[in-house]
Amino acid sequence: MKIAVLVKQVPDTYGDRRMDPATRTVDRGSADPVIDEINERAVEAALQIKEAGDGVTVTAVTMGPVRAVEALRKALAMGADSAVHICDDTLAGSDAMQTSEVLAAALAGRDFDLVIAGNESTDGRTAAVPAMLAERLGMAQLTFLRTVTVSGGSVSGERMTGNGYVEAQAPLPAVVSVTEQSAEPRFPKFRGIMAAKKKPLQTLTLAELGLPGGEAGGENSWSRVLDVTARPARTAGTVVTDDGTAGTQVAEYLAAAKLI
Amino acid sequence: MSQVLVLAEHVQGELKNNVAELLAAAARLGEPAAVVVRQPGTGAQLTARLGELGAAAVYVADVEEADALLVTPQVAALAAAVAAAGDVSAVLVGTSIDSREAAARLAVRLGAAFLSDVVDLAAAPDGVRATQQAFGGAYTVTATAARGIPVISLRPNSVPGTAPAAQAQEIRLAPGPNMAAAARITARHEGQAVSTRPELTAADIVVSGGRGLGSAENFVLVEQLADALGAAVGASRAAVDAGYCAHTMQVGQTGTTVSPNLYLALGISGAIQHRAGMQSAKTIVAINKDPGAPIFEIADFGVVGDVFTVVPQLIEAVNARQAVGSPAG
Ligand SMILES: Cc1cc2nc3c(=O)[nH]c(=O)nc-3n(C[C@H](O)[C@H](O)[C@H](O)COP(=O)(O)OP(=O)(O)OC[C@H]3O[C@@H](n4cnc5c(N)ncnc54)[C@H](O)[C@@H]3O)c2cc1C
Repeated sequence: MKIAVLVKQVPDTYGDRRMDPATRTVDRGSADPVIDEINERAVEAALQIKEAGDGVTVTAVTMGPVRAVEALRKALAMGADSAVHICDDTLAGSDAMQTSEVLAAALAGRDFDLVIAGNESTDGRTAAVPAMLAERLGMAQLTFLRTVTVSGGSVSGERMTGNGYVEAQAPLPAVVSVTEQSAEPRFPKFRGIMAAKKKPLQTLTLAELGLPGGEAGGENSWSRVLDVTARPARTAGTVVTDDGTAGTQVAEYLAAAKLI
Repeated sequence: MSQVLVLAEHVQGELKNNVAELLAAAARLGEPAAVVVRQPGTGAQLTARLGELGAAAVYVADVEEADALLVTPQVAALAAAVAAAGDVSAVLVGTSIDSREAAARLAVRLGAAFLSDVVDLAAAPDGVRATQQAFGGAYTVTATAARGIPVISLRPNSVPGTAPAAQAQEIRLAPGPNMAAAARITARHEGQAVSTRPELTAADIVVSGGRGLGSAENFVLVEQLADALGAAVGASRAAVDAGYCAHTMQVGQTGTTVSPNLYLALGISGAIQHRAGMQSAKTIVAINKDPGAPIFEIADFGVVGDVFTVVPQLIEAVNARQAVGSPAG
């Protein structure tokens, strides 16, 4: 069985993430680029399937700038077998429609039985790429899972919904996505980090994927950002230390502000 | 006038709360119309109801197993409705996981732009103007569909008002057999008990609790304050991870984004990822025993103190005011 795990490098949520109103794009210099936490869980889900089965291979796939290779190295260090990096200058500023088209081109024809993604990236939060990929690849879609089990040609799991969860099952090949309620990702061990350096890592351009460059990137995106405005930063207000009356003081503050 | 199609989600014929708002938003862009997917023989009253909410046309797809298949029946019905309507200027859906994913797939099927989690919507001479938030409301983004029909998911409580009632014309769709490979739902574990509290995204006041509450039993304190204030209950990821409350209550980067009039953070440190979900609240009040907690950097009113002494006193003071403010009965 062949599994592809999709990983994305994003600005660290612990950092000071900024957008540049002039270029209307993410300021790449602001927060450090890191593998999105949810993708570590996607890798973990793939590795658990690999460890539970026989002859399972895991390929980490990313689309991103040169530095995004670090996200693939992390996936390899955790235990993925190989990696594919779609790297092309013309891809900058791609939207979900374009990203899913490029990823679909990279995944098609490689006989993957299962594609595992994170449910939602922390930068775009669109949560659309896994569903779009299922549509493009003609695979079954079983997304927003907190558990993933593969057995006998099908994948099943618990899909989170707005007020609980449903149990669902899909035939392979399928695209699944995992939520942050899914299994905790493992830490790469020193051996894994060393081994990662020797694992196969393929870099592909758009031309090598057979996609026309003229439709790529922010200039050609389907959705177009017209304007970006920063919200004024919040400032600290009054802070009191409880002297035995703080609860009453909060009520007075709320009443004075006509909030109660 | 071109039509704006709204995916009308319902549970066994009972429309979801956001449908009226979606139709009101649709009226800003064109003639509102609704798309309904239902199990054959159910939801007979939906067309009339959607007319009252402003739908001039209701496209109905009767689909065997509509409730058992994940997302694909909705995608097929929306695509069939777009074809049947002919002139469509936008497709609007809510932000439930099902709706967002149906919209994402529809965008691929139509060759269309997908605009997600939109908080405001307007028509412009050259297309729609969709307002979105980036990085937890730190930035406001205006976007449009550069190519194709805009497929838009609208965050609840973004567009005020209602669309004028219409005489809905019902159009039956025949999406044909469902050819797409699909996941099948084998069991549902969803809360039936309708909460008496306001929804997190809709609430005027949100009271959230964090790891500082210490246990699921103690988390009741958060609920008690919420009930005294008529507020929704939220939580930090640490509180959710520790099992104090349901994950649907999580506020923040990977949870719900709220922008209420008033946000109360109890025993929450104010990590940057939590702030990403609540920093656009109008007023923030924080209670935390650590004077160095980052939540105080953004709080309008902060109390350095123990939630277990401050909050009970606050509840008492709120109740006392309400008893004075409103005559008995
Ligand atoms: C990718 C990513 C996404 C994330 N998404 C989210 C998200 O959506 N939402 C979210 O909340 N977090 C999110 N986090 C986690 C975030 O970084 C913090 O770990 C989390 O917000 C901490 O929750 P907390 O404030 O409840 O816990 P803590 O940080 O442990 O804070 C508990 C606070 O309670 C106070 N306290 C303890 N006892 C008392 C008492 N008796 N009285 C008063 N105060 C007391 C302490 O002083 C402390 O400040 C995310 C992290 C990552 C990496």
